[in-house]
Amino acid sequence: MSKIKEQIYFDYAATTPIDPRVKRVMEPYLDDKFANASSVHSMGQDSANAVLKARDTIAGFLNCKANEVVFTSGATECNNTVFKGVSEAMKEYGNHIITTKIEHPCVLESCKYLEKRGFKVTYLPVGSNGVVKVSDVEKALTKKTILVSIMYVNNEVGTIQPIADIGKLIKSFRSLSSVPRFPIFHTDAAQAVNYLDCDVDKLGVDLMSLSGHKIYGPKGVGALYIRKGTLIEPLMHGGRQEDGMRAGTLNTPGIVGMGSAIQEIKKTTLRQAQGGENQENKRIKFLRDELINKILKTIPNSKLNGDKKLRVANNVNVSFKGVEGESLLMLLDGEGIAVSTGSACASGSIKPSHVLMALGRGPLESHGSIRITIGRFTKESDIKKLLAVLLKAVKRLREISFF
Amino acid sequence: MYSKKLMKYFKKPKNVGKIKNADAVGEAGNPLCGDIMHMYIKIKKSTKNDWLKKHIIEDAKFETLGCGAAIAMSDRVIELIKGKTIGEAEKLTPDDVAKGFDLPKQKIHCSVLGIEALKNAIIDYECKYSDIKQDPA
Ligand code: FES
Repeated sequence: MSKIKEQIYFDYAATTPIDPRVKRVMEPYLDDKFANASSVHSMGQDSANAVLKARDTIAGFLNCKANEVVFTSGATECNNTVFKGVSEAMKEYGNHIITTKIEHPCVLESCKYLEKRGFKVTYLPVGSNGVVKVSDVEKALTKKTILVSIMYVNNEVGTIQPIADIGKLIKSFRSLSSVPRFPIFHTDAAQAVNYLDCDVDKLGVDLMSLSGHKIYGPKGVGALYIRKGTLIEPLMHGGRQEDGMRAGTLNTPGIVGMGSAIQEIKKTTLRQAQGGENQENKRIKFLRDELINKILKTIPNSKLNGDKKLRVANNVNVSFKGVEGESLLMLLDGEGIAVSTGSACASGSIKPSHVLMALGRGPLESHGSIRITIGRFTKESDIKKLLAVLLKAVKRLREISFF
Repeated sequence: MYSKKLMKYFKKPKNVGKIKNADAVGEAGNPLCGDIMHMYIKIKKSTKNDWLKKHIIEDAKFETLGCGAAIAMSDRVIELIKGKTIGEAEKLTPDDVAKGFDLPKQKIHCSVLGIEALKNAIIDYECKYSDIKQDPA
């Protein structure tokens, strides 16, 4: 992790570094424990056992059965499987899908794909605080609704969506409906796993997407929780891996890494369950609040995007009047500080962020926003350095603009 | 994402600011990304009616609420037009400006922002001093 030392990393929502403990657990599976987990020989069975163990760990974390966890290549694959797989399996029962305007592109693009194939999609708005209203979900539900998909935590502004309340709503809607298992409820929890309770029964979800590389595990691995009895078709066809739900040789090192990453999170939440405090999350939250408060106090005409309370512990998203986000990102980068921008400018498209627009921010404000996400390896001194550099950079750009 | 050359211009633009008693001001906005550019020019006037050839751009400055590429490319625009006549400046194309900068594809439009602001400034100048232009003497 020497890279992280010379460069200060504030982009944990994009991806996290691998925790050294996770890396250690993975290493043998990149080395001599390379055998295919589907092979019958004992070397293969070694790999199969490692996968089994990871699956159990994750099932424990989600409070589900081990055979309800399907390993994938990541959250994008999970979400694609959900949208394409559920709509395919349930097309006889209805053609309506409910989601929100602030979902990840892999959800929104999957919706567009389905719209071209005759499905109707309702994109729920969010309030200016970036949170969806349960009553809006209720109003949108129809007899034809086969799938409701709402992210647990938004990746740009970090707002926490009322998943458990929506879960309850859907349960009561089902009990009144003639086809009791519909609609299916899915949440993309990629940004939530580190900080929030992901008990699938408490949340009342049938499907949940998880990603390895957002939780200090490796890239290229994810897990999809599928409640037993949920109608869904696979995306990948081929071998009988994952009970036919996801063909393709199991990514043993990745899966082992993901299991280990979840194990690390479980350790901290376990302490919490035993009445102790989750020190890790408390620390991160403290740093985040310090960052938010200091930015708003020391930089005039700055504004926090997204609700201050209903917000995941590690996210700061701010707009600065008279500042363009990409320029700011580049200036900070020049000082060895890595942040991300809400304006998609830097990432190829030049349209302002769909999330900030959904929060009712104008294009100019959306354009002048940056996202700072912290995590396990962020130190207090990093925050101090960021604040100092940020202050200067905003000032500099305001000199260039006519602010 | 950006070339070294572009980064150099972005980090230390030489022509940022306002010109207090500018002879003309041009504005341009990019409807795609919402970014805005202001350009101020100062011109050494000639009383001759040879409008395009004799009026020389003495100084120019820009202000922008724009991305890194917009900042760098606008600075480059000014570098290229200083000391040139209005006629020469008018002929400047996006290719002239972006040459050697290796602009990423999605950023080409950012280089146009400065040129448009310049052209609008020239129009502003022509309008203000149309009496010079039409002077038959
Ligand atoms: S993206 Fe707007 S000027 Fe470059």
